[in-house]
Formats: sequence, C-alpha cells, structure tokens
Amino acid sequence: MSDKLWVSTRKGLFELDSTDERWAVSAVHHRGVPVSLTLVDPRDGSLLAALDHGHFGTKLQRSTDGGATWTELAAPRFPKDADASMGAVWALAAGGADQPGRVWLGGIPGGLFCSDDHGATWRFVDSLWQREERSQWFGGGADKPAIHTLLVDPNDSRHVTLGVSCGGVWQTYDDGATWALTATGMRAAYMPPDRAGDARIQDPHAIVACPAAPARLWCQHHNGVFRSDDAGQSWVELSDAAQPSAFGFPVAVHPTDPDTAWFVPAVKDEERIPVGGAVVVSRTRDGGRTFEVLREGLPQTHAYDLVYRHALDIDASGERLAFGSTTGNLFVTHDGGERWQAAHHHLPPIYAVCFG
Amino acid sequence: MVRVSFTANLQRHVACPPQDVQAGTLRQVLDRAMPSDGPLRGYVLDDQGALRKHVTVFVGPDAVVDRRGLTDAVPDGAEVWVMQALSGG
Repeated sequence: MSDKLWVSTRKGLFELDSTDERWAVSAVHHRGVPVSLTLVDPRDGSLLAALDHGHFGTKLQRSTDGGATWTELAAPRFPKDADASMGAVWALAAGGADQPGRVWLGGIPGGLFCSDDHGATWRFVDSLWQREERSQWFGGGADKPAIHTLLVDPNDSRHVTLGVSCGGVWQTYDDGATWALTATGMRAAYMPPDRAGDARIQDPHAIVACPAAPARLWCQHHNGVFRSDDAGQSWVELSDAAQPSAFGFPVAVHPTDPDTAWFVPAVKDEERIPVGGAVVVSRTRDGGRTFEVLREGLPQTHAYDLVYRHALDIDASGERLAFGSTTGNLFVTHDGGERWQAAHHHLPPIYAVCFG
Repeated sequence: MVRVSFTANLQRHVACPPQDVQAGTLRQVLDRAMPSDGPLRGYVLDDQGALRKHVTVFVGPDAVVDRRGLTDAVPDGAEVWVMQALSGG
C-alpha cells in the first residue's frame, strides 16, 4: 500500500505520510498558492505541480527530489492564431514507459499540450483544436470548456483518451495526429431532448480506466454514471442503479478488478451538497448492476462537503483510497471503503488527491 | 529613462528588481523590462501578451487604459508601477 498522499489545495500542496495507518501532514509545498493539480510520474517519481496564481497566471513547478526543491517550468502557451489564452490546468498525464519525457497537459479553455522533455517545453496539439466539433463545446464547472481527463493506454502509448467538460470523450490512436469523438450512448439531460445524445456536448465529469483491463472505462457524468466495455467506443448508462444519486464528480476503479468502482455522490447539479447532509461513498462490485452506500467513519449530519473530479484516488493495492473535499476534509480507507478515517479536518479547499 | 517597479507580492515568486529602461509606449517599456525569454514576463502578461486580468499597471498616478494593446504613452522620466489588483486573490 502507498504511504504517501499529495493533496492539491486552494492554499498549497500538502504532503501527508502514513505510519501504521495514521496520516499526518509532513510538508507543505507552495504554501498559500492555489495548486490545481499534481502529477506523480510513475516512470521516475518526479512531481509536476500546476499552480494557478490568482493574480499571476498558471505556472508549472517540477521536483525530482520528492518535493525538497522545485524548479519553475515554462507554462504552455496558445499560439497567436488560436484566439485563446492559457487558463488553469485540469489534466496532467505521464506518457508510457516507452515515451521518456512525454507529458500530456489539458485545461481551460479546452487546449491540449504535449511535452517530450518532462514539461520543459510544450507543443500545442492543433489537430484537436481544429476539429469542427469544438465549436459546440461549452463550459461546465468553469466558464469555458476544460480538458480534465487524460488516459494513456498502458498497452499502447499512442492511444490516449480525453474527457472534456463539456465536449464529450475524444481518443487518438496515433499519438495525437488525429482524433475520434467517442461518446455514443451518453445522455445530456441539460440539453433539449433532440440533442440529448449529441456526443459533442456531453459532460463527462471524470473518466477512469482499469489498469489491468483498460478497455473497461467508468465515467461520472454530469447527469449519470456510465460504463464502457469497449474502450469508450460505446457507453452504457447505469444511473438508475446508482445510489444515493447519479450526480457527482470523481470516480475511481480497482486496479485489477474492472467491475469494482467508487463514486462520491452529491444531490444534483443545482444542489451540490451530499444527499441528506451525509457524506457517503458509493461502490459497485458487479460492474454497475448494484451500488453499495458506504458511510462508516464519514460525517452523517450537516456535512456539506463536495468532492471535485480529481479529489478521489486509489493506490495500487486497490484497498487504500483517499478523497478530499471543498470543506477541507481528507478521508482515507484501508479496506476498500468499508471503514473511513479522517486524515485531516481543516485543510484548505481540496482540488486534487493522489497517492505518491 | 523610465523606472519600472514591481509589487513586492510578485517578488515572492520571481526576481523582479526595479529597472531603468528607455521611454516609449507601455508595450515597449514592459518589453524592455521583461525580456520574452525570462520568467518574469509570464507573471505580468498572459500568453497572448495582454495584461493579466488581476494585474494592474500605473504610469505615474494613472492606471493603464489599454490593457490589451498596452499603447499608453510612457514619457521620459515617468515611473511605471506593476501592481497586484485587489481582485483575484
């Protein structure tokens, strides 16, 4: 099990360590600065933190010594003719083991960037930006569209899946040269009925792929829970089975069991608080036919925690999960969600959580 | 010459001592004070060269007018202040 957590917050990047399943803050990096997302590169353990200064723009900081020292990298820049400027980073992904230095980056307003030198320089992925369908994208969670999910296929590094709020699910099979829109089966309840199935405007809040079975994808969508068994070519809606609601942001999948996934639901889009003021985690272990509601150790009265799309993570064991909330609560389980403990109660609003 | 000074809040993140540069438009003055290959420029201007939304610049006592084109005149002897806006925190 992983004994380290990196928690990206409104006021810095918090490092927590576990001893005998008790968690404590061991360091604070970029103290006082909003950190929208942090990537722990599985290839070399390096850290890439996306800072979102309220005044001074988006910045990237990299550490190759576990956070002891940080180096600022050049932030991605939109080309002049793109008629856009760089906003917050909402997605970071390391390339495959066969792509040393490759990092993918996405964010607001829907731009995708690629680096082959660990983020020192960035290439704008114009092939996606030029797609005609992008004219239909719109903001969801932010005023402008955001790329928030980047999944690199563990069996083929040239195959990358991305999620856009609101712009559907996109895939490249040739390392970004061309793109396919693959949101068939998704449903948008926020659109006029005859556009509910329009793949271009779907709002997948988060998408995960099972590492051991990467054709199995799970998606927490704006108005439902979806599963794909064919690497995103088609999607099956499971919203009727989802408990206690089908709305939320994050999703996690078991590393070796593609039928097991976790969600942290909220009431619905216009009421973004836990159902009944009780924080719960929803888990399916049968591919989404049924969902269990897990409550032990979580606050069950007057709790108004919302959990953002990157604020739930699972470690390689599949037993240890962690999630953090807008209220600054950080919860950890060591048994797949049966029992939870509060690792911290008063962190700043939490944007993202990942095991190190 | 023109003196360009930066808010202390910015000095926390990137080195930005006061600089004396030639007069001109505000764009010319900032280009001279913040080279395109240095880290400081990206903290003040966005990737399209416009003044960041929550950064403000004063030429003497006057707030910048053209935040995108930076065509405001900066006469010889003026002081330019690059400040953090109160919004955006």
